[in-house]
Amino acid sequence: MIILTPKRSFTVPVGGECISPDTFAAKSTSEMANLPVWEGNKKRALGHLFRIELKTAPSESLTIRIRGDAGRIRRIGAKMSSGRIVIEGNAGMHLGEEMNGGAITVVGNAGSWAGSRMKKGTIEIKGDAGHYIGAAYRGSNKGMNGGAITIYGNAGNEVGCFMRKGLIKIHGDVGQFTGIHMKNGTIYIGGDSEVRAGAQMLGGKIVVLGRIPSILPTFTIDDIKSRVKIDGEKVEGPFYRFLGDLAENGNGKLFISQKQNTHLTPCERFL
Amino acid sequence: MNGERIDLYICDGKVVEKVDERKAKVIDASGMMVMPGGVDIHSHIAGAEVNAGRLLRPEDHVKDVEAKTAVTRSGVGYSVPSTFTTGYRYSRMGYTTVMNPSMPPLEARHTHEELNDTPMIDKAAFPLIGDWWVVLEYLQDDRIEECAAHVAWIMRATKGYAIKIVNPGGLEAWGFGRNVAGIDDSVPHFNITPRDIIRGLCKVNKLLNLPHTIHVHTNNLGRPGNYATAIETMKCVEDLAEEDNPVIHITHCQFCAFKGSDWQTLQSGAEEIAEYVNQHNHVTLDMGQVVFTDTTTMTADGPFQYGLYGLTGNKWVNHDVETETSGGIVPFRYRRKSHVNATQWSIGLELALLIEDPWRIYLTTDHPNGAPFTTYPKVISWLMSTVARKKMLKRISRRARRKSLLPSIDREYNFDEIATVTRAGQSKALGLKQKGHLGLGADADIAIYNLNPKTVDPSIEYKAVTRAFCKPAYTLKGGEIVARDGEIVKPIQGGTFWVDIKLSKPWEPSEDLKLKFREYWTVEYENYPISEDYLKASLPIRVEARI
Ligand SMILES: [Zn+2]
Repeated sequence: MIILTPKRSFTVPVGGECISPDTFAAKSTSEMANLPVWEGNKKRALGHLFRIELKTAPSESLTIRIRGDAGRIRRIGAKMSSGRIVIEGNAGMHLGEEMNGGAITVVGNAGSWAGSRMKKGTIEIKGDAGHYIGAAYRGSNKGMNGGAITIYGNAGNEVGCFMRKGLIKIHGDVGQFTGIHMKNGTIYIGGDSEVRAGAQMLGGKIVVLGRIPSILPTFTIDDIKSRVKIDGEKVEGPFYRFLGDLAENGNGKLFISQKQNTHLTPCERFL
Repeated sequence: MNGERIDLYICDGKVVEKVDERKAKVIDASGMMVMPGGVDIHSHIAGAEVNAGRLLRPEDHVKDVEAKTAVTRSGVGYSVPSTFTTGYRYSRMGYTTVMNPSMPPLEARHTHEELNDTPMIDKAAFPLIGDWWVVLEYLQDDRIEECAAHVAWIMRATKGYAIKIVNPGGLEAWGFGRNVAGIDDSVPHFNITPRDIIRGLCKVNKLLNLPHTIHVHTNNLGRPGNYATAIETMKCVEDLAEEDNPVIHITHCQFCAFKGSDWQTLQSGAEEIAEYVNQHNHVTLDMGQVVFTDTTTMTADGPFQYGLYGLTGNKWVNHDVETETSGGIVPFRYRRKSHVNATQWSIGLELALLIEDPWRIYLTTDHPNGAPFTTYPKVISWLMSTVARKKMLKRISRRARRKSLLPSIDREYNFDEIATVTRAGQSKALGLKQKGHLGLGADADIAIYNLNPKTVDPSIEYKAVTRAFCKPAYTLKGGEIVARDGEIVKPIQGGTFWVDIKLSKPWEPSEDLKLKFREYWTVEYENYPISEDYLKASLPIRVEARI
């Protein structure tokens, strides 16, 4: 295990893409300390910002543990393919961006873009997360393509934007436009959702256990289901099932809790 | 170029007969190839549309970021690079002059602001005139001389260099959700056809004695069967030619050399076009070569771009520029395995290889429509080497390969011909007398490539050729070393050419024109023109009109 302890608090963003098991593998602590990082517009060495300790435990896959607040450190675990990162405080933006395997756990909160464009592996966030979880890069239409993201707190807008595959589970509430442009994969919302869930979705499914103020007019009610399957697990309903987004000839599915959304009862007459 | 060793003397930015060698700085270029700086006749590098393309494509920038250096600014690529990066990249490739071929007159101010911020190269912009209301009105009444006087005013007002015509009549029709289907289709709300517009502006061009010909993006561009439209377009001004001087430039010809009735039956019309061009001297063309990559298409041809959005389902921008023109942008990836894209790749090269006279076909990719300009060295390798072509042929769609004419073409360009299609021919067509050659009095814009033409066999060593053209050993602009081994060493401004047309009697805008501006434009007549001091480095070209 490699333990990184921040030497001070950071006031400007730090580019932390080198904090990855792939980069640390087979390096001595002094080599790790020499890895270049940008702090704002200043080029620094990793050892300048963190105390680095190595605690070898053979036969264990490489684990990096950040002891302290990494809320300003961006792109931790970017492109990592194996091993494990545990952040005991908060994590900055772009956590696990383009991740290709391994696992990341954040005990605190994570910034926006966590798991953006990830392909494999798991990200677990015990606190809240920002916007664009598992999303595509701005302007691109290639979002998350596999793996799983679990958030125990709340998340912001555009969760799973352009998602193609994989699972995003949010136990708290989410903002607007969940699953916008989504092509496939599953998004589970344990809490409430703001409006416009599934806008321009082409496929995949979004499950909302809590309340949603309204469904987009380009979705059509299709059925009432007593339960829905998520990643092999059954979640008890009943759920309204809506299909859309018809504005895009989409074939996505919205599962919306019937009990929590009595204001949607008038939809039932279209069944 | 051909391995001939000569000394070249430069003084005050010009090629001169002799300098005092004891006092001069000497560049040892022995074993290297020296050419005039590259000239690009058609490349969308600046203006409202290019900038909208930049806004549309953050995902294009993120993969191609350039940090600042001691002398250069930071910037991004890939297909729609930021202004400074555009200048640097051209200069690093040995190019010193670039034409921005598509400027809505209303967006001239924005275009020149960006050209001011595009360093390292001389540049110019072609205002889009083929669908300007007032021009159409003059042409429908056959008032050619008045139209010419009006166009002279547009050139001065927009600091333009040449008359650009895009899908004549079609853009005006697009304002009403329509298009024209051929050069004899009538333009809605005007008593005029594309033929009238092309012929009219060709006459105007001659009356004004402009250095370049009319620069035409044909009707039906990007549609199967359009090679016939391209040939009709060239034919329609045949009788306006005087002696052997060209009177029309057909731009990015690859995009209008499609044979077949739909995408399924698409094949090359390059043979027919080349045959026509080989028999007629009044036309020049540029390739509009496609390279397999992810790029951004952008043209003033709004209806074509809308069709492309329909084909791809990609994100898109479409725009109606008031009473002047239109525009559209769609990101596009050219795929080797798509028979349509692979056929397009083949068509561009077929045109360049089947048209015999290199002085009349020029190397372009219609940047960024067919590919970014940074792919030119690759295109050069295809022109110079059948081996390089065969290698790519093997990797493209089988259907396209079977139909391609390339396997039957043995021609390989030599360095002389490459110099013609990348600088000499282009400057001649543009009427830039001081560019594209290294004769006495020429601008000392020079590219020195680390390639010995005596020892290299481009047919086999095409990779070495590509490398050399990517990173010249030296780029000189105005006699100064501005780039070395692919790095900018001295940033310079670079000037903006525009035609300063002198009419035999002064032309005063009618009250009617001012009234039209008040009624139909968002900009008043008085605020429309751009003053010369708006250009950071103005390079007016004095032209005496025949009227
Ligand atoms: Zn163009």
